[in-house]
Amino acid sequence: MMAQLTCSGLKLGYEGHTVLDGLDFSVDAGNYLCIVGENGSGKSTLMKTILGLHKPMGGKITWGEGLRENEIGYLPQQTVVQRDFPATVQEIVLSGCQGRLGRRLFYSKADKALARQNMERMGLIPLSRRCYRELSGGQQQRVLLARALCATRKILLMDEPVSGLDPKVTAEMYDLIRRLNREGITIIMISHDIAAAVRYASHILHVGDEIFFGTAEEYRRSSLADRFLLPEGGEAV
Amino acid sequence: MMEQLEMYLNFPPVQYALIVGVLIALCSSLLGVTLVLKRFSFIGDGLSHVAFGAMAIAGVLHLTDDMLFVLPATVLAAVLLLRTGQNTKIKGDAAIAMISVGALAVGYLLLSLFSASANLSGDVCTTLFGSTSILTLTKGEVWLCIVLSVAVVLIFILFYNRIFAVTFDEDFARASGTKAEAYNLLIAIVIAVIIVLAMNLVGSLLISALIIFPAMSAMRLFKSFRGVTLCSAVLSVSCALLGILISILGNTPVGSTIVVADIGAFLVFCLISGIKGGIAK
Repeated sequence: MMAQLTCSGLKLGYEGHTVLDGLDFSVDAGNYLCIVGENGSGKSTLMKTILGLHKPMGGKITWGEGLRENEIGYLPQQTVVQRDFPATVQEIVLSGCQGRLGRRLFYSKADKALARQNMERMGLIPLSRRCYRELSGGQQQRVLLARALCATRKILLMDEPVSGLDPKVTAEMYDLIRRLNREGITIIMISHDIAAAVRYASHILHVGDEIFFGTAEEYRRSSLADRFLLPEGGEAV
Repeated sequence: MMEQLEMYLNFPPVQYALIVGVLIALCSSLLGVTLVLKRFSFIGDGLSHVAFGAMAIAGVLHLTDDMLFVLPATVLAAVLLLRTGQNTKIKGDAAIAMISVGALAVGYLLLSLFSASANLSGDVCTTLFGSTSILTLTKGEVWLCIVLSVAVVLIFILFYNRIFAVTFDEDFARASGTKAEAYNLLIAIVIAVIIVLAMNLVGSLLISALIIFPAMSAMRLFKSFRGVTLCSAVLSVSCALLGILISILGNTPVGSTIVVADIGAFLVFCLISGIKGGIAK
């Protein structure tokens, strides 16, 4: 089986400054990859490069299995603008269909049905006419997740989806993501929380001075994990 | 008073002023939400000063139709400002401040050096605050205004979904294959057109008010993007009509009267949202 996403010899950076070099990894359909590493190690730059928002300084990104670039679902970190944006849940979720518009100017019945289906999936129907800025952090994340699901059936890229959420909502979010993964959607997620990453992910990509790519099991046994998983990380394992 | 109003309304210049005023108010309100939320308000402000400078140059060159010069110059400035605003190396704010204040200074200098008019401060005041220029519009100017306004409204309706997507989340839009840069450019050009149009109505210093106040008022009360957009359009048109009528009857400057009406509406909306919030609690 051909991999869904292959990055070979990837070199990342901006304005001549290299952040990451010699990155090799591949993601198969149905994988759950967590990208971990310290702040400033280039995790977000890597994600933006995979999304095509940044040009890599070298190396290659290959998409397999007929995945087009606009079939990726993206869950970005929230921006300040979004926090007080006057839009309803429905309007935002529907905007996830913009990749399907092609040359059309307006959303079709099928687009609207897809938006509704994904709102249902994320339990957002009761909130559909509520204003985004009035929702709690967890609800807002679910809205953005529903929007990302409108853009893809195959692969979701998430930039720290649980940052700023309280422990209970964080656990719910992780469950939700695991459920989507079990439904067959590939997950690529940036995470600060290495313990949770090792628990939920099938594969780990550790970026920084040392680069590691392998299964979560291999990562747990590696020397990196000893340093980055807390000593009492036993409970996470 | 009604008779007086009726008499005025039969005057073609007053009719022109009302048509142009309504159209300009409509156009300027449509992109207000996008402008405020994308933090593009500064571009609006910078562009209005550039338009003043361009107007001065057109005056000095004795162009028969100064719009033909002012419009392309402002659109060009919009494109340049958008570029510098996105450039992280040069401080975007400072670059815009330099361009806009520079345009003001050069414009005034040119006017005072070369103007043949006996009433220089009156001319400058008119360009800055609109004053009476709306009542001296020619038929050609009215038509140009109608054509440009229709174009702005059409562009907004046709690209409504894309404008929403780019305003709410540029990264997501780009990841979904939407050409965000192209739409930013489109938005900047439309803003430039609106500003040149609005110079006739409220003058270059007060344009930002026309763009920002209706949007800010509507955002106090409405929860959906569509609701905010529609409300700000209705509000802007009503305030413009009210402002023009008051200024005709009360002999006040048109531009500032309209802006005062917008401020009044903003205060009313603040009050209503405060009361609603109080009840909800």
